[in-house]
Amino acid sequence: MAVTTAPAPAGLPAVSGRAGIGGVLRSEFTKIRSVRSTYWTLVALVVTGIGIGALVTGLVGAHWNTMSASNQATFDPTSTSLAGIGFLGQLIIVVLGAMVITSEYSTGMIRTSLIVMPRRPVVYAAKALVFTGVAFVVSLVTCFVVFFLGQALLSGTHHAASLSTPFALRAIVGVAVYVTLCGLLGFTLGSILRQTAGAITAVIGVLFVLPIIVHFLPTSVENGMQRWLPSSAGSAISTTVGSQGAHLFGGWGEIFVLCAYVIVLLGIGSFMFKTRDA
Amino acid sequence: MPGDARPLGYGETRGNGELRGHAPAEGTIAMIEARGLTKRYGDKVAVSDLTFGIAEGAVTGFLGPNGAGKTTTMRMILGLDSPDSGTVTIGGKRYADLAYPMREVGALIDAKAVHGGRSAYNHLLCMAQTNGIGRKRVDQVLELVGLTEVAKKRSKGFSLGMGQRLGIAGTLLGDPRVLMFDEPVNGLDPEGILWIRNLMKALAAEGRTVFVSSHIMSEMEHTADHLIVIGRGKLLASCTMAEFIASASGQSVRVRTPQFDQLGKAIVAAGGTVTNGAVIGELSIQGLDAQRVGDIAYDGGVRLHELTVVGASLETAFMELTGDSVEYHAAVPGAPVASFTGGN
Repeated sequence: MAVTTAPAPAGLPAVSGRAGIGGVLRSEFTKIRSVRSTYWTLVALVVTGIGIGALVTGLVGAHWNTMSASNQATFDPTSTSLAGIGFLGQLIIVVLGAMVITSEYSTGMIRTSLIVMPRRPVVYAAKALVFTGVAFVVSLVTCFVVFFLGQALLSGTHHAASLSTPFALRAIVGVAVYVTLCGLLGFTLGSILRQTAGAITAVIGVLFVLPIIVHFLPTSVENGMQRWLPSSAGSAISTTVGSQGAHLFGGWGEIFVLCAYVIVLLGIGSFMFKTRDA
Repeated sequence: MPGDARPLGYGETRGNGELRGHAPAEGTIAMIEARGLTKRYGDKVAVSDLTFGIAEGAVTGFLGPNGAGKTTTMRMILGLDSPDSGTVTIGGKRYADLAYPMREVGALIDAKAVHGGRSAYNHLLCMAQTNGIGRKRVDQVLELVGLTEVAKKRSKGFSLGMGQRLGIAGTLLGDPRVLMFDEPVNGLDPEGILWIRNLMKALAAEGRTVFVSSHIMSEMEHTADHLIVIGRGKLLASCTMAEFIASASGQSVRVRTPQFDQLGKAIVAAGGTVTNGAVIGELSIQGLDAQRVGDIAYDGGVRLHELTVVGASLETAFMELTGDSVEYHAAVPGAPVASFTGGN
């Protein structure tokens, strides 16, 4: 048996100061790119986003002449092309966001992660940042691809949008931001609940069930509450034609509301991550 | 020697703790120092007011039965659990304040603390990157533990022994001076146990501080220089291995003779102490070795029917020590070590 380590092993460059977020960001990127679940969820996001966007715009393009004049007048080519990534994408990205942190608890990896980097807020921030980066880049690329694909499929209608169409670019970038923020909801709730199923269920409750419950409330209450729902940002930011909702803060306004929820949850999650035993 | 004035607060000798206050040996420096560590999980006290020091450049065995609080203590050293009270430092610093933790401490609490979907290489790489450790070193430790060929395989499919090697590879990444292993041989086959044992010896021979827990005394017998024994979360002993052996074997000589009265007097005259054994004619003698007792008997014309060296085995001493965590007995008579039984 010859287990001996050389006096100065290679690959151990001299360091100064203390281990900080730079190395942890690289580490977290290695983590996210080295498990299959990342690829499955991102492929699902891209495929459903592009597939559903293409399907819906394709059907509209094919049946344009059978649509009523009023339907044609209120048709929103941008939001239609982004429907897939907006509606289904938000769900899929929640799974990835939650699993970025919950898989560490379910596998026990969290103990290794916190032994190699015991400064927990750094680990939490690096995880959130790497996920945010990956989710935003993939969402944004998907949004652009499906936008152009959708408009190409709508070209026969002469109602297709372009990047210079009012609000079109805002909708493309905004939906990518919205999807990323939804993923961060999954991440924060995952860090608080420490289990994937619980986190996903909670986010579905917030994004899908809450609006339904609010819808059953008296109209005056519903109107007052709608602007505070995290899910309102999705429809508000993707709308380019007609009203963006009389009871909403507008596209970026609603994104800020969702952003505020995410920041509060990041604060809670980070605090719990720092203080709880791992 | 309770109450010995030693530096660094090792002198805690509350209760009956004869073996406390002895580690580390004089002149050495404590690498890991715990003071009054206490941890509760709900109503259950996992670790209670634990104070100990772990000598630099030595192998310290951390012994205790299952559930004694060894893992909890290690988790507190590493900052995975925060103590309800007390402090623990490594080289004078809290673990979380170490500049590059992996370059100072390599710790393996649980070899299963990996994402099974990640390859061995990527698992080590993501660990290494946090502490500015390069890919070359990842290859190196894979080679060191013999996992190079399966480096690209997902660790999900690894055997227990391979998983253990992967965990140990992780601890070696930063070439640290302190290594901590929690029950490293648990569940391993004999080959794996031997490998770990040799590894620990090699690490210690390189002058590293090794802190290794086990619930089996014999595991420590040939590797540890120092021992810290806990039971039900409380410190039972903190001493050098030699001290533990000395106190454990608490040698006595058992004789059987029809002339027990005559022999007893001769023994006392020679400076030994004599206690009556379980049956008439049996004496237990302390303070003299078997050869001396035999000579005294011969000189006095005493016929011996039995002359036996009695010493507690380490395992027995350990079990005696931990069996009852409240009361502590250093020396317990136990299994015979060597026996010269005369004709009956």
